[in-house]
Amino acid sequence: MNWNKKDLLGLEELSKEELEHILATAESFKEVSTREIKKVPALRGKTVVNLFYEPSTRTRVSFEVAAKRLSADVINIATETSSVKKGETLIDTGRNIQALKADIIVMRHNYSGAAVMLARHVDISVVNAGDGWHEHPTQALLDIFTLKEKLGRIEGLQVAIVGDIAHSRVARSNIWGLTKLGAEVTVCAPKILIPPGIEEMGAKVSLNINEALKNADAVNVLRMQFERDELNAFPKQLEYFKEFGITKERLKEAKKGIVVMHPGPINRGVEMSSEVADGANSVILEQVTNGIAVRMAVLFLVAQARDINANTH
Amino acid sequence: MREKAKILDPEAINRAMMRIAHEILEKNKGTESLCIIGIRNRGAYLAQRLAERIKKIDAADVPVGVLDITLYRDDLTLIASQPVVHKTEINFDISDKNLILVDDVLYSGRTIRAALDALVDFGRPKSIQLAVLIDRGHRELPIRADYVGKNIPTAQTETVEVRLHECDDKDEVVIIEK
Repeated sequence: MNWNKKDLLGLEELSKEELEHILATAESFKEVSTREIKKVPALRGKTVVNLFYEPSTRTRVSFEVAAKRLSADVINIATETSSVKKGETLIDTGRNIQALKADIIVMRHNYSGAAVMLARHVDISVVNAGDGWHEHPTQALLDIFTLKEKLGRIEGLQVAIVGDIAHSRVARSNIWGLTKLGAEVTVCAPKILIPPGIEEMGAKVSLNINEALKNADAVNVLRMQFERDELNAFPKQLEYFKEFGITKERLKEAKKGIVVMHPGPINRGVEMSSEVADGANSVILEQVTNGIAVRMAVLFLVAQARDINANTH
Repeated sequence: MREKAKILDPEAINRAMMRIAHEILEKNKGTESLCIIGIRNRGAYLAQRLAERIKKIDAADVPVGVLDITLYRDDLTLIASQPVVHKTEINFDISDKNLILVDDVLYSGRTIRAALDALVDFGRPKSIQLAVLIDRGHRELPIRADYVGKNIPTAQTETVEVRLHECDDKDEVVIIEK
């Protein structure tokens, strides 16, 4: 397997082999974080720019830690305090970052498709850290990595994704990645949060949480973003918890050893009870640890692909 | 690509490994504070073989580790195809150990340079000694081996291929002419 993509924009465009290659590379990188000196020189002299148009702490910090463990230099740009406020366009911002001789832009943007557009206008690598409702590839990769680590395989697994599917890039990337690797995905949410066309992506739909959990090997619980206007139409948090929240009682009816995931930050008592979040089935903190390894693998692969392309052209 | 000569057969490889095992024990006066780390891929198999031979001679278990040096290479951007990053598995503390670093072929010395950089990230061994099955010359860095299976003078247009039954179905060392 030879990785030759200078960007990681989404999982939709990746082949099964490419997905497996990232996961295998991440497995090798995981060990680096267990060393006394948690650093390898693989990206020494490279500059990674974190360009975040949406507030994010965990994804940005995870990328920053990953880049630093590869010995890259990291620059964080939060757009609230940058020229973006003065009206600079995304493409101009990207070209300016390129003119600084940076090597990789890691971007979070509130518009779907922003990462694809940026990648088209710069020669340096672009890694999508979440674009609108479109994709959040590294989150899905770390979910899949954690699942594979826990259950030994992806092929043939039943995975339930519960929560605000309609507005979730995490759900979309997970569906692409999991189905390509041979898992079956069921999305579960109140009807207004199931987007049209989700079945064409290869996911089944369930409106009943007990039914969705019944045969699931794993459940990925998404954050309910009650700050969004669209959710005003939906009965509030307590009612959501009653209808869809993951509780100890509901897990008792599910498969023994069902893996419970959450991309964070958790709304305790909304998406799941504290007992479940801190319980034996939960792998939420392992996801955070694995996120570093997955992002190290992605940064390493895109940087290398760009170097190799530059030398052969 | 033409196979020019067979340098070692299975018996010769076995004898070389046995001799190196004896030399390691002689130089380090036994197995106390000894550990062996092989460089992926073939160095890792040779490290395992050395540990087995040492156990036969001295009835002692020596910890064995595997080192992947991809992330420490200085030629990552020069090679046409990407090397795959594999796992490093060193499940013991290397500090204050006499560490035997094992590889199949010693050539430019750059792999060993990368391995030395990697090892110091794991701790501070008392000493690092280098064991190789083949030393083919043409060093580009001031590095030498402490234990050598066989010295083979080669031309730079040739390559030396070590085949081991763990990954190649047979044991042999051949020179290949490009």
